[in-house]
Amino acid sequence: MREIKYEDIVKSVKDMILYSATNLPKDAYKALQSAYDTEKSEVCRQVLKQILENADIAANEARPLCQDTGLAVFFVKVGEDVKVVGGSLKKAINEGTEQGYKEGYLRASTCHWDTRANLKDEVGYNLPAIIHFDLVEGDKIDIEYAAKGGGSENVSRATVFPPAKGRKGIIEYVKQVISDAGPNPCPPLTVGVGIGGTFEKAVISSKHALFRELGSKNPDPVLESMEEELMHLLNNLGIGAMGMGGTQTVLGVHIEKNPCHIASLPVSVNVQCHSSRHMHITL
Amino acid sequence: MSKTYHLTAPLSEADVIQLKAGDIVYLTGVVYTARDAAHKKLVDLLDAGQALPFDMNGAVIYFVGPTPPKPGDPIGSAGPTTSYRMDSYSPRLINEQGLKGMIGKGKRNQDVIDACVKSKAIYFGATGGAGALLARQIKKAEVIAYPELGPEAIRRLEVVDFPLTVINDTFGADLYKMGRAQYEVFE
Repeated sequence: MREIKYEDIVKSVKDMILYSATNLPKDAYKALQSAYDTEKSEVCRQVLKQILENADIAANEARPLCQDTGLAVFFVKVGEDVKVVGGSLKKAINEGTEQGYKEGYLRASTCHWDTRANLKDEVGYNLPAIIHFDLVEGDKIDIEYAAKGGGSENVSRATVFPPAKGRKGIIEYVKQVISDAGPNPCPPLTVGVGIGGTFEKAVISSKHALFRELGSKNPDPVLESMEEELMHLLNNLGIGAMGMGGTQTVLGVHIEKNPCHIASLPVSVNVQCHSSRHMHITL
Repeated sequence: MSKTYHLTAPLSEADVIQLKAGDIVYLTGVVYTARDAAHKKLVDLLDAGQALPFDMNGAVIYFVGPTPPKPGDPIGSAGPTTSYRMDSYSPRLINEQGLKGMIGKGKRNQDVIDACVKSKAIYFGATGGAGALLARQIKKAEVIAYPELGPEAIRRLEVVDFPLTVINDTFGADLYKMGRAQYEVFE
């Protein structure tokens, strides 16, 4: 049984949060540069220029890319041959989150669902983190992290179709969700689509799809062709950067699939703004 | 063809009626921050017949919940939040209290667009997710009401050349609809 120290996990999580808040990942930066080069609308080119300049300022001056520093979302794969010593893994991730958000002068954005009171003193600074655990073989802990903003979550949608809707129904649904969202989720977007499983499995898959590197290919050829078709259709919506009207509405469409129940076709669309702050470490 | 203006807040009626959707405005002067929680409190004050914490006549409200400032800085990152959450409050502030400008991102509903026409006000868009860049144009920040709301407290900001685009003007135009109509491809 391999042992990993509680404090090492806390520190790794904290470092990941501090780095992600101020450094746009290379894949997102590159995708935005390419959108800037391709965009036909001068208004949207100016917006994309501001977005790229913002990323440079944030990195050079260690300032948060966006004031919405998100809820901290984690996908954690825990090897069955790992033991965390000195505390629990869940507690370590939450402690690292709190330390990162505090030390980085990031925003505490968790609040009570009804009173809307900030939970920073009651539960912890920007806590609880949203953590999706999975048990896997091996002796490592794999942590994927994203800072997920509210504006793009607010336009995300899920449904359960009858199977007859099929591929065509899914494509129409994704198109409708992005069309309705318009300027609100801060395009250009990454669109995560989860297909199949149960209702909640589709939703979690659509979230996880957002963690994939922009510009990478889907290993499944059917999904790859759906992603290409959707990229084309969504850019043709004409929404453009910050909704000002343009040709570059999406930076990427990422689809994950699961086996379905014979009666259902669950579909979820999770939207990510252009400030796609995500990171991946293995301990 | 879009024009570029340099304006000073608070804004007058003459300032706003010249603007058209798509114009670029560099705004200097005083703006106040408020998100949904602060808007609710403002409207509650009006319902109770009490005075507002700042003069709304000619005022510009920025929909923002900044990150905490680092030591020595006036403010942390400060980009716009999505504006539709303020749609139920804005028309009253425009029509009854003389609010002249709102800064945010994303669509407004027809009630807000109508109020902008009726009582001459502008909805400006700032670039969402450009919080580090926009914060550079904020020279001073002071919490003037509701400190208990944390990032949602009302702040008095002094801004210089704050970069904005006119989304909804006093003629009922909507840049989001105009821009999209120009680039949408129907298949």
